Amino acid sequence: MEFSILLAGFGGQGVLSAGKFIATAALLEGKEVSWLPSYGPEMRGGTANCSVIVSDNPIGSPILNAADVLIALNGPSLDKFTRLVKPGGLILADSSLVHAVPARQDIRFIPVPASSMASEAGNMTFAAVILLGCLAAATECFGRDSFEKALYDALPARHHHLIPKEMAIFDQGATFAAP
Amino acid sequence: MSNRVLMKGNEAIAEAAIRAGCRHYFGYPITPQTEIMHYMALRMPEVDGVMVQAESEVAAINMVYGAAAAGARVMTTSSSPGISLKQEGFSYIAGAELPAVVVNIVRAGPGLGGILPAQGDYFQATKGGGHGDYRNVVLAPASVQELYELTVEAFNIADRYRVLTMILGDGTLGQMMEPVLFRDEEPVETCEKSWATTGTRGRREHNTIQSIYIEADALERLNNTLQAKYRLIAQREVRAETVNCEGAEIILTAFGTCSRICKNVIRQAAQIGIKVGLVRPITLWPFPDRAVAAAAAQPSVKALLDIELNAGQMVEDVRLAVNGIRPVHFYGRTGGNLPTQQEILDQIQVLARS
Repeated sequence: MEFSILLAGFGGQGVLSAGKFIATAALLEGKEVSWLPSYGPEMRGGTANCSVIVSDNPIGSPILNAADVLIALNGPSLDKFTRLVKPGGLILADSSLVHAVPARQDIRFIPVPASSMASEAGNMTFAAVILLGCLAAATECFGRDSFEKALYDALPARHHHLIPKEMAIFDQGATFAAP
Repeated sequence: MSNRVLMKGNEAIAEAAIRAGCRHYFGYPITPQTEIMHYMALRMPEVDGVMVQAESEVAAINMVYGAAAAGARVMTTSSSPGISLKQEGFSYIAGAELPAVVVNIVRAGPGLGGILPAQGDYFQATKGGGHGDYRNVVLAPASVQELYELTVEAFNIADRYRVLTMILGDGTLGQMMEPVLFRDEEPVETCEKSWATTGTRGRREHNTIQSIYIEADALERLNNTLQAKYRLIAQREVRAETVNCEGAEIILTAFGTCSRICKNVIRQAAQIGIKVGLVRPITLWPFPDRAVAAAAAQPSVKALLDIELNAGQMVEDVRLAVNGIRPVHFYGRTGGNLPTQQEILDQIQVLARS
């Protein structure tokens, strides 16, 4: 199994951290992982994206020419990266911010109103967590328990009190994966 | 796998240096390697080490010269334009026979260029860069695990031969995160530095560290010493990885990030019935001539294809190693672009058909 995920959005939406959580969770399951951020000119324009590969075998190139999953946290990211999704792949979008629908019939598209849900929960950084809940439920990329453990591993202790709330919102995200 | 830690390449370099006993770091920030400095700022005080953000790259390399002369394990890191500024210092360090470790997380050039990954500094790293007849040992890691292991080894090589040892990475390797498995104990070699300027305390003659020799014969003696040392390094320190080379039709040569793309291409090519091998130099200097020549000499080989993030630099060393027995082709991208697997596969298909 080799699984590639492209996460993209604005700087500050937690795109790079979300990618790190995926990689950490998969690593805890004994999988091979790579995480590659965009740090080039697009970063200077306020957008952020990262590529994550999760695999049962050693990973060759960390650079994605095509992805199994695109997680788009804003409209420009959906426009730019839809073409990179493999046929049969999956696109998750924060539908509170992304109003377009990808013009492809050969992929699965799941819109999740992540920002609105995060706003209601009182913490905007939860938006990415909601989408990761949906990702975990829709794919075999990583399990819920590993994700919870990854949060404890990756977040500084002063944020640990937020983790039960994050897991609750993660579970809400998972409900959107139902066909 | 149990204790693997997810880390950025740049952080792995910094942690490796500390584990190798480096307690003196001098640098000046530049993308895409500034995380090394961040990490050093955090960690050096914990191990009673020194991290100085110098006023410039030139100052940083001269601080390295001073610390190395005093016998310290010392490192500086930068990216391409900053490494250009340090070249005078490299030459002086070679002339004074000092051990030091330098990391170049290469970005696209020439000039101020861009901040994206490239391998355009191969010539500069392996052929000198500064003035005079000297060599730096150049190591080319291809994963975060290898950035860690080769950084530790770079300190050992530097001390063993009293040479500057360079880690030549690129923006992708510096910025990416991968799991790293740290060893419980590092293979740190300690050596007597009786030549170091540590203060005589009245017990011995003064040691002198210098690179100036006005008399021709004295300077020629230094040059002969250096060349003898470089010959020894070329005998003992050559490293390369070969993948799938036995009976291959096409042999790829690539280092660092490019070699990883090539490993994917090998699998893709096998699916369409073309057997492709890879020789990945781990030491760029000394260059693994024999590994390249041995792979090329097989009767099955039609051609070699060198892949780099530049306009064709290592390919010259590949051609010298192959010495005309097989055609050597080149494909590269510049400006911070990376070749896709498909681009490389297209080149392979043309060569395999001819």
